[in-house]
Amino acid sequence: MSLDLFHYLALTLGQKAPIAAICVGFCCGLLGCFVVVRRVALVGDAISHAVFPGVVAGFIWSPDRNPWMIFLCALVAGLFGVVVVRAIVSSTRLKSDAALGIVLASFFAFGVFWNSTQQLAGVKGYLFGDLTTIADGDLWMMTGATAAVTTLIFIFLRPFRVLSFDEGFAIGLGYPVRFLNALFFGLLAFAVVVAMQAVGVILVSAMLITPAATAYLLTDRIQKMMGLSVLIGVFAAVGGWWISGLDNRLQTGPVITLLASFIFALIYLFAPRHGVLAKFLRHAGRKSRVHRENTLKSIYRILEGEGFKVAGVGVEQLAEVRKLSIEDVLKDGKDLVDNDEATWEEGKTAIYLTSPGWRRATEIVRNHRLWELYLTDQADYAADHVHDDAEKIEHVLGADTVRKLERDLNFPEFDPHGKPIPSLEATLTMEKTIGKQEGTGY
Amino acid sequence: MIALETHDLTVTYHKRPVLYGVDVEVEEGSLVGIIGPNGAGKSSLIKSIMGVIPTSGGWTKVFGKPIQENLHRVGYVPQRESVDWDFPVTVMDVALMGTYGKLGLFRRAGKKEKFIASEALDKVGMLPYAKRQIGNLSGGQQQRVFLARAIAQDSDLYFMDEPFTGVDAATEATIITLLKEMREKGKTVLVVHHDLQTARDYFDHLLLLNMRLVAYGKTEDTYTTELLQKTYGGRLTILDEVAGQAANLPEASHYQ
Repeated sequence: MSLDLFHYLALTLGQKAPIAAICVGFCCGLLGCFVVVRRVALVGDAISHAVFPGVVAGFIWSPDRNPWMIFLCALVAGLFGVVVVRAIVSSTRLKSDAALGIVLASFFAFGVFWNSTQQLAGVKGYLFGDLTTIADGDLWMMTGATAAVTTLIFIFLRPFRVLSFDEGFAIGLGYPVRFLNALFFGLLAFAVVVAMQAVGVILVSAMLITPAATAYLLTDRIQKMMGLSVLIGVFAAVGGWWISGLDNRLQTGPVITLLASFIFALIYLFAPRHGVLAKFLRHAGRKSRVHRENTLKSIYRILEGEGFKVAGVGVEQLAEVRKLSIEDVLKDGKDLVDNDEATWEEGKTAIYLTSPGWRRATEIVRNHRLWELYLTDQADYAADHVHDDAEKIEHVLGADTVRKLERDLNFPEFDPHGKPIPSLEATLTMEKTIGKQEGTGY
Repeated sequence: MIALETHDLTVTYHKRPVLYGVDVEVEEGSLVGIIGPNGAGKSSLIKSIMGVIPTSGGWTKVFGKPIQENLHRVGYVPQRESVDWDFPVTVMDVALMGTYGKLGLFRRAGKKEKFIASEALDKVGMLPYAKRQIGNLSGGQQQRVFLARAIAQDSDLYFMDEPFTGVDAATEATIITLLKEMREKGKTVLVVHHDLQTARDYFDHLLLLNMRLVAYGKTEDTYTTELLQKTYGGRLTILDEVAGQAANLPEASHYQ
């Protein structure tokens, strides 16, 4: 990354703000992954509030607003906050959440108090973030710090990963765990200071947490998570800056944060595996399958009760057995028909199983009775205790498990209640013979 | 050769003594069960030896040197519950961590390391799961992954914290086979164990612990009614009190 490249970019885009936004998204997105998987989100929040008195000090001690001075003061204040938290935790019975809360509030309050006695102009930009006031010096500071954070993360990627997963094991490996932890929280303070001008100290933790948390919902690999988190962070920062430019009443910080939260909400709802919608659909799909299978089973049982003399089941009879209204049974029947597992008698007074319907119905009844037998024979349950369990298990037994059950039970023919355990072949042959009488049964 | 030697090892936690003056010498090639009631300091013993928790007195030597100088010969298997199993890594990633000790901080794992990790996973029957995220595993499978990581470390001395807790019978059998294999290769293994009944069959040495060392020796010499009663039959209340006060004295209370 040379000086020319940045100048070129700055000229092309005509502004410094988008470059600053990219830095913020990159830096926070990358480090945020470790913040999220280590569950130290609150530490990020505490550091971001603790840097505020440092910003005020920087403004006071450097009348020309040297960005490096502000950066340094903010960094020192943030790290001092971490030290105070550790001191409180190690010397009292308070746990870190309480200590973080105390430090967060007291440091921030002190910064606000100090600022109000000095009446400094420009400090407010650091509270809620304003990318449009970024100066050349700020930009240099931000790009430099982002480069440093990125380089260090990649150098220490493996140790950081082990440390985040299993600190005890990292110590056992001989890793310099104290140094690594100090480095990690140091980098965290760096990222906060980089981001504070863009989103403000109050909202920095949103940039640290939201993009990384969003990425966590999308992948199970930390490398991918880091890539996605950076993408989302950069997109939110640049997009938020662009949107806030549409109306000059808008400040960049809240808009960037809202955009990041909006992306999170989208992923939360629509992520392919961990998303709420996907989970709901999977659950609904399973529920409707179980329901269909129960209807098939009832039809099978009615036919069995009549000695398989007829091929169809009357709708009224099915309603009686299932303890449902005629309308509900018609709906269940439609589900089967839509799924090619049954066909209607003309006028919808009776329903016939198709070949796939016979197959599935037999499988379910077979699963049910095999499982009942397994529970009574091998797990020593009483015969009157096994039905309810089998009602659930019958829908989830896979072909492999069924093979194992058959072998373990020595290919049984009857369940504990004396009912025959149907075999697929026998049923399918039978289906052909009674299938021919279709239409004459009812 | 002596694989592990502790001298006057003392651990305090929140100014209460957890371990008090533990002296023990473990011969190379021993399979040791660390036995004692709840709160006896079993986990604290191996954690303090590994440096995971600070000691307030005493020292530890491994193969004749301070443990910090010989850490590359030591493998540590923490309790399964001590980590977050939602962590975004795969089974293979965790097994690979076993090779990191020899790689140092910066060298990347190459083909050789991946081969070692695959072999270790195969040994515990977890190779088919190599690409799975660790959260989708059963308790027994998680423990197997931890063991694979330990095997990949190829250490001479192992500390295992309750590897038998919450695992299925098949995993328990796998673990015990592995432990015996390790011993045959001359490795030394110390295992925190909470099941007194199986302890006699599993281990050739027992370390009976209840805040202080009650006894250490061959299983046939230490698995006696008298010693077990001494271990499980309540704490020594006076030692408990006095040690508590002693731990509060300024010179003993500083953490390292």
